[in-house]
Amino acid sequence: MAGELPYEAPLIEMRKKIDELVQFGQEKGIDFTDEIARLEERYHRLEEEIYTGITAAQKMHLARHQQRPTALDLIQLIFTDFIELHGDRMFGDDLAVVGGLAKLNGKTVTVIGQQRGKDTKDNIARFFGSAHPEGFRKGLRLMKQANKFGRPIITFIDTKGAYPGNTAEERGQSEAIARNLMEMAKLSVPVIVVVIGEGGSGGALAMAVGNRVLMLEHAIYSAISPNGAASILWKDASKADQAAEAMKITAKDLLEMEVIEDIIPEPRGGAHRDYEASATFISEALVRHLDEMKGWSGDQLKQDRYEKFRKIGSVTFEPQAPIEAPQEPVEVDVASNLSGNAE
Amino acid sequence: MFKDIFQKKRKYATIPSERALPGEGQEVLERPKREIPEGLMNKCSKCGTIQYSKELEKNLKVCPACGYHMRLNAMERIAMVLDDQGFVEFDADMISVDPLGFPGYSNKLEQQRLKSGLKEAVITGEGTIDGLPVVVAVMSFDFFTGSMGSVVGEKITRAIEHATEKRLPLIIFSTSGGARMQESILSLMQMAKTSAALSRLDEQGGLYISVITDPTTGGVSASFASLGDINIAEPGAVFGFAGRIVIEQTIRQKLPDDFQTAEFNMQHGQLDMVVHRKELRATLGKLLDMHSEKGGV
Repeated sequence: MAGELPYEAPLIEMRKKIDELVQFGQEKGIDFTDEIARLEERYHRLEEEIYTGITAAQKMHLARHQQRPTALDLIQLIFTDFIELHGDRMFGDDLAVVGGLAKLNGKTVTVIGQQRGKDTKDNIARFFGSAHPEGFRKGLRLMKQANKFGRPIITFIDTKGAYPGNTAEERGQSEAIARNLMEMAKLSVPVIVVVIGEGGSGGALAMAVGNRVLMLEHAIYSAISPNGAASILWKDASKADQAAEAMKITAKDLLEMEVIEDIIPEPRGGAHRDYEASATFISEALVRHLDEMKGWSGDQLKQDRYEKFRKIGSVTFEPQAPIEAPQEPVEVDVASNLSGNAE
Repeated sequence: MFKDIFQKKRKYATIPSERALPGEGQEVLERPKREIPEGLMNKCSKCGTIQYSKELEKNLKVCPACGYHMRLNAMERIAMVLDDQGFVEFDADMISVDPLGFPGYSNKLEQQRLKSGLKEAVITGEGTIDGLPVVVAVMSFDFFTGSMGSVVGEKITRAIEHATEKRLPLIIFSTSGGARMQESILSLMQMAKTSAALSRLDEQGGLYISVITDPTTGGVSASFASLGDINIAEPGAVFGFAGRIVIEQTIRQKLPDDFQTAEFNMQHGQLDMVVHRKELRATLGKLLDMHSEKGGV
């Protein structure tokens, strides 16, 4: 197994033992068929146990796996005829965001992805998938283009967050994210969002205002990275695993909170084990959800998206007197009152 | 304009270091501590100048020495900007729950309530400025560093929807450390919720003025605070997405003192104006008046 994670160690150990036994049997000409079959069975049981009980912290590591398929990997496998389009028409071409035209099941769509690098050099060019304002604006330009031509928008979310740098701030990082949130709410075409890896904070949300928000089984999505939360809450970034559990960042948690609509299964062990199978699962989900919105008018789509986000949040009411607003003290004519009493 | 008058002058307190200690034989004199009755005097957190609290109040909590605009809570802001009569608060009794069962959140909420005397980090309502009706949302840094959780998002969304429905102009006074991480994804989603509500006000032609006060960062700066038809900031107010320390760690450079201040943002085209607190009410009144001619909006 390539790119194994720490919790997979027992599996690797057992696989090695089975292989050794097979080899030993072949060399010495001894028949170990029964023993091997028994070990294989135990291996499968262990596999089942490990992969069905993946914790939030383990998912965090899976979602950030270096070999996990990136947006471009998936775009190439899911769509045909992908034509990449570039630039925000204002400042530059942010490679942390990719996008363009493509066909899904023969129909043209606009697809936009947050793109991590595949290696160090690629990562430097793409700022590790953390967009500058020009990245968000590039995404918005492509969305408005899709809106003009009436084609659905599909976005892939995979970022640690918006790029935290001085240049990003100077060019209005806040404004770029905020503008996307407002403008995405106005789109009259179907918008489907798929969180494929890490959905980190405002940088993720800036391209995630969709009618449907879907998550891959092991993807995570949160307001702040577990590392960031741990360093703020407990002044210790190494407690990220602990924070990951407390923060409810998994697809299952978010489905329960009705923040997302659907979970897309991953191949056993994670998306990095089988790119084709992952793409097939995503493709099926995209087609299904697009079909459900078929024939909806622009207003219907806007209303649906509005309601989706409108209902998120958990509040209560305290049955007590409201805080009084500061007002001019009511002037009571003390003198006349006093004189009245005296009489 | 005011930038020049109220330029921030950083004055550092000198702390004697090891080397600066007096030489052998010299006696180390302890500075006598001056006893100051609680609440009588106030020390500017920027320049350290000490002044009478009463004088400071008269100066709208702007330091007379360095021009620092001290943080106001929502009630002080409402008293300062709106007309004296007729403020009606919305959703005054809406409070937070602990939707994720996050360790320590319930206790922290209780502490924040006691400490600030507020129920949440925003107060919303309807009032008037110079007799012109306006819907306002006013945040307080005092409560949980003004962080946005479900309650802040919901109250602000309701206020925006009220403005849209009644065709009234909207002013939001922002100050926030960002999303409230104890509500994780729910607080993140409040950014989308409030911005979507603003999209409806925007499409309807409603006026929204964003007033950015010190500090406005993270999830609030990256949602409604940046979306005003007119964006105004108070002098010196920190306004940005990522925190200074995080950025310094990323770029491995020291950032200039004025980084992310209102003046910095003005220079980089992110604001329409930087307005001194003394002029704020009049400026808002003028803007409301200029948008009032076509009947309501």
